Amino acid sequence: MNAYVIEFAYLVSAALFILGIKGLTKPKTAVRGNLLAAIGMLVALVATLTHKEVLAYEWIIAGMILGGLIGAVMAIKVQMTAMPQMVAALNGFGGGASLFVAWAEFEKSMQPATGVQAIMASMQHGGGSSIEMVTLVATGVAVLIGAVTLTGSLVAFAKLQEFVISGKPIGFKGMQAVTAALLLVALCAIGAIAQDYHPQTLFIALVIAALLLGLLLVLPIGGADMPVVIALLNSYSGIAASAAGFIMGNTALIVTGALVGASGIILTQIMCKAMNRSLTNVLFGVMAPAGSGPSDDEVYGGKVKSAGAEEIAMLLESARRVVIVPGFGLAMSQAQHAVRDLTDTMEGLGIEVEFAIHPVAGRMPGHMNVLLAEAEISYDKLVEMDRINPTFEQTDVAIVIGANDVTNPMAREDKGSPIYGMPILNVDKAKTVVVIKRSLSSGFAGLPNPLFAAENTLMLFGDGKKAVLDLVAALKEG
Amino acid sequence: MTPMVMMLLFALFVIAVFLGVELINKVPATLHTPLMSGSNAISGITIVGAVLAAGHGGDNTLLTVVGFLAVVLATINVVGGFLVTNRMLAMFKRK
Repeated sequence: MNAYVIEFAYLVSAALFILGIKGLTKPKTAVRGNLLAAIGMLVALVATLTHKEVLAYEWIIAGMILGGLIGAVMAIKVQMTAMPQMVAALNGFGGGASLFVAWAEFEKSMQPATGVQAIMASMQHGGGSSIEMVTLVATGVAVLIGAVTLTGSLVAFAKLQEFVISGKPIGFKGMQAVTAALLLVALCAIGAIAQDYHPQTLFIALVIAALLLGLLLVLPIGGADMPVVIALLNSYSGIAASAAGFIMGNTALIVTGALVGASGIILTQIMCKAMNRSLTNVLFGVMAPAGSGPSDDEVYGGKVKSAGAEEIAMLLESARRVVIVPGFGLAMSQAQHAVRDLTDTMEGLGIEVEFAIHPVAGRMPGHMNVLLAEAEISYDKLVEMDRINPTFEQTDVAIVIGANDVTNPMAREDKGSPIYGMPILNVDKAKTVVVIKRSLSSGFAGLPNPLFAAENTLMLFGDGKKAVLDLVAALKEG
Repeated sequence: MTPMVMMLLFALFVIAVFLGVELINKVPATLHTPLMSGSNAISGITIVGAVLAAGHGGDNTLLTVVGFLAVVLATINVVGGFLVTNRMLAMFKRK
């Protein structure tokens, strides 16, 4: 196909991606948006397959069949509770793809050009070695960010899945110095490659340094900060794609990578704000000093009241408004469908039910919304923190299911607390608070939660799903 | 690629970043997870570069291997990303 036609096709697909994301701004148009973006991808792919540089198809077809199978199986099998791991893995593959594309472009540029090609190249480049340099810098950047995204995402995946390693921060003495040294090595290698100084040897050094860098950057980050890390790696995968676009002068890659990069950065900011953490603190695994906070015994000693499902069901029967506060515990115990039963039962009794969604509830932005949507709970009932907080005072019962730190009143009241200043859901303002939880163990922040010992709180100890089903049964009997 | 083309590409990048910021800020929090998987899918556009590498047709084995790996990874992103996003969004649509 004519080169101009192909370029035009890339422009069309970029436009379709933009329309696709625009569709995502409303739940009603979102499915169509996703479809438009997929069509955009098809346009770009078909155009590229007709490119005059594509001479052999066997490896392309083999790769697409293998990748397509893996991707389809992942997408169909994955449980909604495991969506953070899925996105972490996809981020990693995206980074890896950019890494390999950049590597391939580097390999092509190192091939001695022959015959007509060489003459054409010397005519085009006549004295234009600075352009050669820009391309080489773009190659280096794509390799660096792509490789960091690849290994960083694999670590994030392992942490979320608790596969081989736990979610706890992992580090060793002098880790930050090693990380800094690796970054320096990578940047120097890019600089030298751009000057055409031992490019082939240094390229390998760059790949290895960048792969190690990705590991060391994510290992020290704790489970609570994973939503930030996934969002950030999402952004990196976009920036890597953009850099790959600069190597090839490909508009589709540049525009798309920029969109994805911007998306990831915005989500990162939202997550940081919702946790009252700076990005630097997250990246360097810095937690506020836990210091002199009250111990579990001081907070809970003799003050925690627990109740059974029947008792709580009686409370609910006389309630007019109930707010459910879901957290990661809900995902852990797969309680979303049970919660839907509870909601239906309460609504059947004429109770108004809403859900309070904290931005970092779950392990990635919007995770709770997807889980509740899976259980066919209407998104109109899911209310964001800023809008639901003023309504807790008119709420008869707030039911907290597997959420902890995002309800901790110390964030509002105790200036000495490490989580002071983090925006929380003011569930303690409700007339009665029911907390469904396995035990009094602390959340990610490792702090006791005075909410559990509050005057108006009843603990319902047990597995989230079972406890909710017990409540439903008790409500139906009563 | 001439310096002028390079500058134009850079301008395109900067404008796309601004457009991205405007657009993404309008996506409601309830759709943030599908937004992430969806943007994963479209960042699979690297498949374009991967196809050019894997289909070079020469006898450079390293280039073929690297190109093949790039095609595999980019295709996982595209297929997995669009399918899983569709699966999630379909849940939001029904009511």
